Amino acid sequence: MIAVDNLHMHFGGIRAVDGTSLNIEKGSITGLIGPNGAGKTTLFNVIAGAYKPTAGRVYLDDEDVTGLAPHELFKKGLLRTFQIAHEFSTLSVLENLMVVADNQPGERLWDAWFNNKQVQAFEDQVRVKALEVIEFLEISHLTHELAGNLSGGQKKLLELGRTMMVDAKIVFLDEVGAGVNRTLLKTIGTSILRLNEERGYTFCMIEHDMDFISRLCGPVIVMAEGKLLTQGTADEVKANEQVIEAYLGTGQKHGKNRTSS
Amino acid sequence: MDFLNAIVLFANFVIIPATAYGAQLALGALGVTLIYSILRFANFAHGELMAFGAMGTILVTWLFQSQGIGFGPLPTALLALPIGIVLTVVFALLTDMSVYRFYRRQRVDPIIMAIASVGVMFVMGGLVRFIIGPDDQNFFDGMRFLIRAGEFRNMTGLDEGLAIKLTQVITVVVALIVVVVLFWFLQTTRSGKAMRAYSDNEDLALLSGIDPDRVVMTAWVITAILATIAGVLYGLDKTFKPFIYMQLLLPVFASAIVGGIGQPVGAILGGFVVAFSEVTITYAYKKFLAYLLPQQWAPDGLVQLLSTDYKFAISFIILVLVLLIRPTGIIRGKVL
Repeated sequence: MIAVDNLHMHFGGIRAVDGTSLNIEKGSITGLIGPNGAGKTTLFNVIAGAYKPTAGRVYLDDEDVTGLAPHELFKKGLLRTFQIAHEFSTLSVLENLMVVADNQPGERLWDAWFNNKQVQAFEDQVRVKALEVIEFLEISHLTHELAGNLSGGQKKLLELGRTMMVDAKIVFLDEVGAGVNRTLLKTIGTSILRLNEERGYTFCMIEHDMDFISRLCGPVIVMAEGKLLTQGTADEVKANEQVIEAYLGTGQKHGKNRTSS
Repeated sequence: MDFLNAIVLFANFVIIPATAYGAQLALGALGVTLIYSILRFANFAHGELMAFGAMGTILVTWLFQSQGIGFGPLPTALLALPIGIVLTVVFALLTDMSVYRFYRRQRVDPIIMAIASVGVMFVMGGLVRFIIGPDDQNFFDGMRFLIRAGEFRNMTGLDEGLAIKLTQVITVVVALIVVVVLFWFLQTTRSGKAMRAYSDNEDLALLSGIDPDRVVMTAWVITAILATIAGVLYGLDKTFKPFIYMQLLLPVFASAIVGGIGQPVGAILGGFVVAFSEVTITYAYKKFLAYLLPQQWAPDGLVQLLSTDYKFAISFIILVLVLLIRPTGIIRGKVL
């Protein structure tokens, strides 16, 4: 699905991603872990188009998508969420979701004014879809709330909801569980599993919570110092000497410090 | 009676002109605010864009006039306005393609964009003067007054007359229509929502598949429409002179900032705040006070707070005061 080939991302002298190669299998939920500063978020940023890599290539379904802009990747079905949830704070939850949709006729200036019927039909369609997503996430009571007023966890759910508005192929989740209470985390985890099973979404997620990872993820990739350290199942990774060493070098295995690079 | 005379006098020389002027400033400030919230830079070339729009409309008006096409009692310029708008939209998009797009791709700081817009301002201004010349141009035709001062006097029997120019009414009516349509667009259409989303959180908008090029293009189209209408209305109401629009930039910016830059509602409020301050401060109150005060108290001087020569200084003063006291402008918070 996603193939990353010898990717480098340097900021001046800092080699945030330093020659990483990895594969993400179609239909999998792949975990990406590593100590703080390992380059996980930078790797996400490069894959999702926020940065152009210094060197190396990214392939989506064998198509070279290196350095494409985020909205172009979006059209190809590659979506991401942010570590700190982003939302359109001045739009309602419903509008937040309705803004996300591929190839909307209403977004073209001409059609918005002069082709009202088609636009209206499309809008209705999108509205139904958005309401479905809201139902799926069990946040119906927040439909018309301004997104800026949501709690941190609810914003994370909304982020997940965004990815459901289009038929995503692969979704990159950057610490979707960080700062979310246990109950909500369960909802998020269940939503991810359902999306994976029912809609065939492929996920790649940065996460520090090993329990969460064990519950969801098939393959787990470990990064350290901008390089791929190892990969395997959650249990294999947990038992891996190198991994323990990498974590012990910077702090605890998991728990205390939840912000990554 | 004296009291009524004072009111009429005040309305005639302050309220009516300031309302028309405020509407013109509001339209200009809306354009500045829109570009600021979408492209995130202060567009110094906005005044010249207004000049360009007015110029395009004037040229078309002249063409119509020479062909004998008129618009009845309304000025022919209103008929020419749509064509002027199209010309200006094309011009604004060409400017964006040739200048701003390059800087956008480089992801430069907003300050660099603002400085680039200063360059654009000079080029645009030069172009306008090159095409139409630096002098005053008259393009007004049709009926001049809706109510004449003399008619009003006869009608009411008051000593003071109230004159309402047709252009003032047109200005307010057109501005009202434009503002209503603009807000409807931003609030309800998908294109408008995409713009608000983009202005709220650019990163997220991109990741939601909102095409930035399309949003930017929409912003320029709307800005060019607003600039043309503002420029033509100002030209109709006062006079068209290319250099005037460069000076108009200051009150327009003051309006946008006073209201809270990036806030459409603020831009409109700001336009009227600046216009009313300018007119009330430069108005000579001698006659007004003479009506209200007992005869012995009637002032000898003009009772003018500031000479009209300094009217642009008022925008400066407002600007400085707002930035000192309430830097966010009247309306705080997120943009658009």
